[in-house]
Amino acid sequence: MATAREIRRRIKSVKNIRQITKAAQAVSASRVRRAVDQASATRPYTQRARELLASIASIAGGETRHALLTSRDSVRNIYVVLISSDRGLCGAFNTNVSRMAFGFGREQTAAVSYIAVGRKGLNFLYRRGAKVIADFSGLPQKPSLLDTTAITRTVVDAFLEGKADEVHLVFTDYVSPAVQRPVVKKLLPLATAELLPEGHNASGPKPAYDFEPDPAQILDTLLPRLTEMQLYQAILESLASEHSARMVAMKNATDNASELITSLTLNYNKARQAGITNELLDIAGGAEALRQALKAKAS
Amino acid sequence: MPLHLEIVTSDATVFSGEVDMVTVPGAGGVMGILPRHAPVLSTLKPGELTVKVGGDELQFAIGGGFVDINNSKVIILADSAERSEDIDVSRAETARLRAEELLKNPPPNKEELFKLENALKRSQVRLHVAGHRRRGNRI
Repeated sequence: MATAREIRRRIKSVKNIRQITKAAQAVSASRVRRAVDQASATRPYTQRARELLASIASIAGGETRHALLTSRDSVRNIYVVLISSDRGLCGAFNTNVSRMAFGFGREQTAAVSYIAVGRKGLNFLYRRGAKVIADFSGLPQKPSLLDTTAITRTVVDAFLEGKADEVHLVFTDYVSPAVQRPVVKKLLPLATAELLPEGHNASGPKPAYDFEPDPAQILDTLLPRLTEMQLYQAILESLASEHSARMVAMKNATDNASELITSLTLNYNKARQAGITNELLDIAGGAEALRQALKAKAS
Repeated sequence: MPLHLEIVTSDATVFSGEVDMVTVPGAGGVMGILPRHAPVLSTLKPGELTVKVGGDELQFAIGGGFVDINNSKVIILADSAERSEDIDVSRAETARLRAEELLKNPPPNKEELFKLENALKRSQVRLHVAGHRRRGNRI
């Protein structure tokens, strides 16, 4: 059994750790809120943009055969964009999403190339020997749309040049504070069926729209923007999930530390008590021996 | 019958409410929109957007986007939109100077050039719209 002093030292260090994890938990809690706010602020735009696309699709019909909307007959090259975090200490967050991406890639018959957003996912892919063609790690804490345009440009250009026939996003969807789910989502070609709002009826009465300049040109500006928004939103969702996962991990760590402190304190008290008892025994034994000696002298 | 206007950007809903008239910088020129306007879908150029509501007039600087007019509903999807009161004049001024400086050696890439011209245009629009407010205040 450890001495009382050793136990006291351990209690002190565990208390320090608990303080740090508690602080990290509080920081993550506030970041979750901010990330969720940011993610929900982009929703009206995406919603409206989809409605706009729906109007164009329902009216212009055949004219909407835009390159970004057209799926290819033979899919030979696939890009997978893996969105993870730059920092660890967030439980199984990065492992889950990376596994999902890698598993998805292995199922494909076509050649798969990865684009990493986030250092943890990048390292995972390197360890597995996957083909990584680009790395966009090191996004700011609060990314703006402009920070993500480079990523969109890379995949859109690759798609248009024929280097990629499909582009998929793998990210962690923030469902609720307790639930974050890694998902695979097709980014390109944009799936019209998925984009059109629920209950949209293409055969309904069509308002006589005027297009300015013309449907094709409106699509030319609208579609890249929509792609950009989808990627941006995935990044924000992932960010909210990351902070939420870290908050839970840190809460568990804090709880574990508290538990450890309780059991260590118990041990410490036991060791202290044992020490006192030993000392008492020593004193009593000593006194008894002295008395025996005196008695022998007197007789 | 009032006109319902919504101005949405990628990170916020800038304006939402009933108005009397909207003037937007459409691709084919400035468009004035009144209630019962025919349905139009148009791209927008960077420019000034004016909203008339009651006796008031609000100005926004917008940086390109789309407008969807249908059924007395006007939805504007803007790349950026700022109320004239919120424009940072000194920032817009530095942005303008920087864009002008960069345009002296135009980049060979057509898209880069387009982006720069857009940036210049946006800063000019911001300054222009902010100018309205200053004149307005003096009176």
